[in-house]
Amino acid sequence: MTSMMSSLKSAAAAINLSKITCTFASLAKPVARPGDRPGVGAGDYTAVCEASLTVARGEFVSVVGPTGCGKSTLLNIAAGLIAPTAGEVTVFGTPLKGINRHAGYLFQSDALLPWMSAVDNVIVGLIFRGIRRADALERGHQWLARVGLSGHGHKYPHQLSGGMKKRLSPAQVLINDPDILLMDEPFSALDIQTRQLMENELLDLWSADRKSVLFITHDLEEAISLSDRVVVLSAGPETRPIGEFAITLPRPRDVAEVRMTPGFLELHKQIWDILKAEVQKGYRQGLAA
Amino acid sequence: MSATILRVCQALLLLASFALWQVLTASGVLPPFFFGEPLKVLEKIWQWFASGEIFPHLGITLLETLLAFLFGTALGLGVGLWLGLNRLAATLADPYIKAMNAMPRVILAPIFAVWFGLGVWSKVALGVTLVFFMVFFNVFQGVREVSPVVLANARMLGAGRRHLLRHIYLPSAMSWVFSSLHTSVGMAFVGAVVGEYLGSAKGVGYLILQAEGSFDINTVFAGILVLTAFALALDALVSLAEQRLMVWQPRHEA
Ligand SMILES: Nc1ncnc2c1ncn2[C@@H]1O[C@H](COP(=O)(O)OP(=O)(O)OP(=O)(O)O)[C@@H](O)[C@H]1O
Ligand SMILES: [Mg+2]
Repeated sequence: MTSMMSSLKSAAAAINLSKITCTFASLAKPVARPGDRPGVGAGDYTAVCEASLTVARGEFVSVVGPTGCGKSTLLNIAAGLIAPTAGEVTVFGTPLKGINRHAGYLFQSDALLPWMSAVDNVIVGLIFRGIRRADALERGHQWLARVGLSGHGHKYPHQLSGGMKKRLSPAQVLINDPDILLMDEPFSALDIQTRQLMENELLDLWSADRKSVLFITHDLEEAISLSDRVVVLSAGPETRPIGEFAITLPRPRDVAEVRMTPGFLELHKQIWDILKAEVQKGYRQGLAA
Repeated sequence: MSATILRVCQALLLLASFALWQVLTASGVLPPFFFGEPLKVLEKIWQWFASGEIFPHLGITLLETLLAFLFGTALGLGVGLWLGLNRLAATLADPYIKAMNAMPRVILAPIFAVWFGLGVWSKVALGVTLVFFMVFFNVFQGVREVSPVVLANARMLGAGRRHLLRHIYLPSAMSWVFSSLHTSVGMAFVGAVVGEYLGSAKGVGYLILQAEGSFDINTVFAGILVLTAFALALDALVSLAEQRLMVWQPRHEA
């Protein structure tokens, strides 16, 4: 009975990654060492190993982990940009083949189309969907205003500041109204004030229509203040989730204020206890490599 | 140094070299028969333009340059996009592309003259072979070097194959084409003039060839000067087009 319940629940989940393994083949072919896993060539790098992760409908899940552990890799798998070496991905209960059409993706690095003006960048998703340019432009300008860039629509990305570009990307993704939002450290390059502003903006937006969010960050405070659930990944290689924490802090939240509450500090301490060891492990591996 | 002073100095340098040339040839240090006389050269140029005799020749050379540039660019763009997006075809064609690029293609001029006659088309063909490779390699590179993040972003935003071609690969390739625009226009010009020089009945290259036949060195120099001025004008035009079309690229001015 319980197992049936849980399988029903995961079938309805927005994203379900089950026992995902992702191995990158190395270009160089070093000598095989005894103890290499069967089927995995010498020098191949298993970034993620048997990782399972679920995002329920309307849930905001954050993933934290040391740098280079495989957070972006997991997100790319959920997006359908890379196929896992083993394991299964389902989106709203259907196995994922190719690109995840339900998802919008905010990339870690600059992903704007450099040959299109700001407003054209915002509406390009609508153009791909066959919407008339005139109609698309109208909505594009509304979105520009929403991210505080009205009047900058004619500029090309190289004419925008770093912070302006970071604000343009969400408009480009959100105008398509995706059911699922995949976000890869979207605010990491911003100053703390702008960052908190945009985090609050994101929470407003999310509470308005409850998209399912998978949010990657290496900032534990950001993860706790935004999410319903925080997942901690182990240091690479062969990364997998090693801890999950339900964040029961009351909503609506203000990301700056929630950080002062005792509940937040307690959660932070609990999660940091686990994360700290992994970060140190990751750091030592970085030094050894 | 301010820009005006720089321009004045450049003009003076030109004047001085003409003066030196004049002095050396007039005094007999350099034999005028081989080195020409600048005053007579300028006179010839004046006469060409005053009588309008030069215009049909310039027109033909310009037409050949333009056609070679257009066809060469279109062909290079098409084949570059196709091979850039098709790994199998690219690997298959690789040795042949390399061989054709390594070949000194000016040597094809006599063959083109046999195939296309002594008119405009044999020069266009020669220019096309020169322009094509220039554009082709740039487009090929441009397609291969599309940022993977930008590509992934477009796919996540819902782009199909045709959208990717139109909105990602083509603009990226065009930026590489434009970066080589100066060279490819120059190549088209070289193709036209060399083609004319090797056999034709019209064009500035033909004028030079004729003058050479009658040991009229002054006319040869006049032709060379006109061609040079012409090439500079073309180059300025290209710069103008570049500024218009590549607004999205950060300017890296010297
Ligand atoms: N295409 C690839 N080929 C080979 N190795 C890769 C590839 N992509 C990622 N890796 C490796 O997989 C590991 C995880 O990379 P990933 O980008 O997922 O890390 P991350 O957790 O997002 O790091 P960061 O926090 O710095 O963004 C890294 O060790 C990286 O070197
Ligand atoms: Mg990453």
